[in-house]
Amino acid sequence: MATAAVEAPITGVVPGKATDERVVRRRLGPGPRVPGTLWIGPVLLLGLWFLASATGVLDPRTLSEPWVVVETAQRLIADGRLPEALATSAYRAALGLVIGVVVGLALALVSGLSRAGEALIDGPVQVKRAIPSLALMPLLILWLGIGEPMKVITIALGVLIPIYIHTHNGLRGIDSRYAELAETVGLGRGAFVRHVVLPGATPGFLLGLRFAVLNALLSLVVVEQVNATSGIGHMITLASSYGQTEIIVVGLVVYALLGLVADGIVRFTERKALAWRRTLESH
Amino acid sequence: MATHAGESLTVSAGPAVRVEGLRRSFSEAGGVLNGLDLTIGAGEFVALIGRSGSGKSTLLRALAGLDRSVAGSGVVDVPERVSVVFQDSRLLPWRRVLDNVTLGLTGSDARERGLEALSEVGLEGRDRAWPHELSGGEQQRAALARSLVRDPQLLLADEPFGALDALTRIKMHKLLEKLYAAHNPAILLVTHDVDEAIALADRVIVLVDGVVGSDIRIDLGSKRSPGDPRFASLRAQLLTELGVVEEEVA
Repeated sequence: MATAAVEAPITGVVPGKATDERVVRRRLGPGPRVPGTLWIGPVLLLGLWFLASATGVLDPRTLSEPWVVVETAQRLIADGRLPEALATSAYRAALGLVIGVVVGLALALVSGLSRAGEALIDGPVQVKRAIPSLALMPLLILWLGIGEPMKVITIALGVLIPIYIHTHNGLRGIDSRYAELAETVGLGRGAFVRHVVLPGATPGFLLGLRFAVLNALLSLVVVEQVNATSGIGHMITLASSYGQTEIIVVGLVVYALLGLVADGIVRFTERKALAWRRTLESH
Repeated sequence: MATHAGESLTVSAGPAVRVEGLRRSFSEAGGVLNGLDLTIGAGEFVALIGRSGSGKSTLLRALAGLDRSVAGSGVVDVPERVSVVFQDSRLLPWRRVLDNVTLGLTGSDARERGLEALSEVGLEGRDRAWPHELSGGEQQRAALARSLVRDPQLLLADEPFGALDALTRIKMHKLLEKLYAAHNPAILLVTHDVDEAIALADRVIVLVDGVVGSDIRIDLGSKRSPGDPRFASLRAQLLTELGVVEEEVA
């Protein structure tokens, strides 16, 4: 800003003494970000929880004390219940995610690269998109029972849609001038897919993956509360019936960590795979 | 390849380009190319000028085989190895510069040839750069390298310097002259810049209403200066052909 040196007259120029008549307007944007400030809110909330628990304002039956939650987490880790539940849940989510990604990607490629594929695939997927995956659970339970296949397929169905939509979008968004170039340098169909189609659709695919990961987690939470006999969700449901809020909180923290870690992995992959893109972050 | 009614597309030695009775139209109303005849000798540098809509790009796309969805007829005879340089560099943003240059090349020496072509256009050491890291002029140099690495018998260039600033364009003219001298492909340069056409080409063709309006040989030798009176008179002649009255430009 050219007016950065002006300090005193910012709030208004005193009449008669006006040596600098420039009107310095208040900036409309929120201003530059101060590092670390994003933590203030969560830390404050945590402090409030501590205070409320310590003074007895907060009934432990409503929400356990923070130190009890930490002790419980340590105990659950030590006796192996938490690692086991976590492993089961993570496996379910990962399996559903992988199946959903592979199927969604395959459908997007077939539909994006041929008119026949589009005619056959795009319509049904758009219809499926209008039905929330979780709404299909009653039908899936009838077909597959309440075991692992139902859980994994529900997760996969929730993953498939964002992967398909965003990859398909990415494919269709590839500049047709690149197809023209590919023709002039004599690329075959396979080389065209490898050099132009796949790299061109990668940004869309990765965006879809970020939504897919969140969807997988959401589906995981829901399927685990329906007749599950293992996993984080089962642990939480059990704790709920015994009124053990400290275990519920531990479970919620684990879900949060799962989500954060998965999102972090996708974002890291994004940075590596899209190094060719000029972004605001890198310049 | 293009499948136009009554059109034969053959590959032969003789002249680099032979076009006879080429017709192309995008609508019922009227053709863009109306029975155009054109011959370009092997190693000949031809500049193609014309007003907007005169069919310059349509002709170039017909020669490049990029117009299969357009209605038309005629004979188009081009060599086996044809390279195209577009107005935009058309580098794949997700491939490094060297991989862009060697795109579609096969053979174990592809990398070597790519590096050689890059150094020839003055981009040695930039092989690992991403296209967006290059300036506009450098991107167009890389595009030239990509077309030359294929050792073309015919180079089709569609206003390749049109988006560059004046200084960069002068440098690119010098580079194109150097590359032409070294490789000697036949060149068809589509341009709207009369000076560029006179400075670079052996022949300037003016396209008028989809046919060759005039075909002018440029006999100015290799040292061409816009200050040369013959240069000036050619420019005046070409501008008249394009329908620009001299007073307007003066």
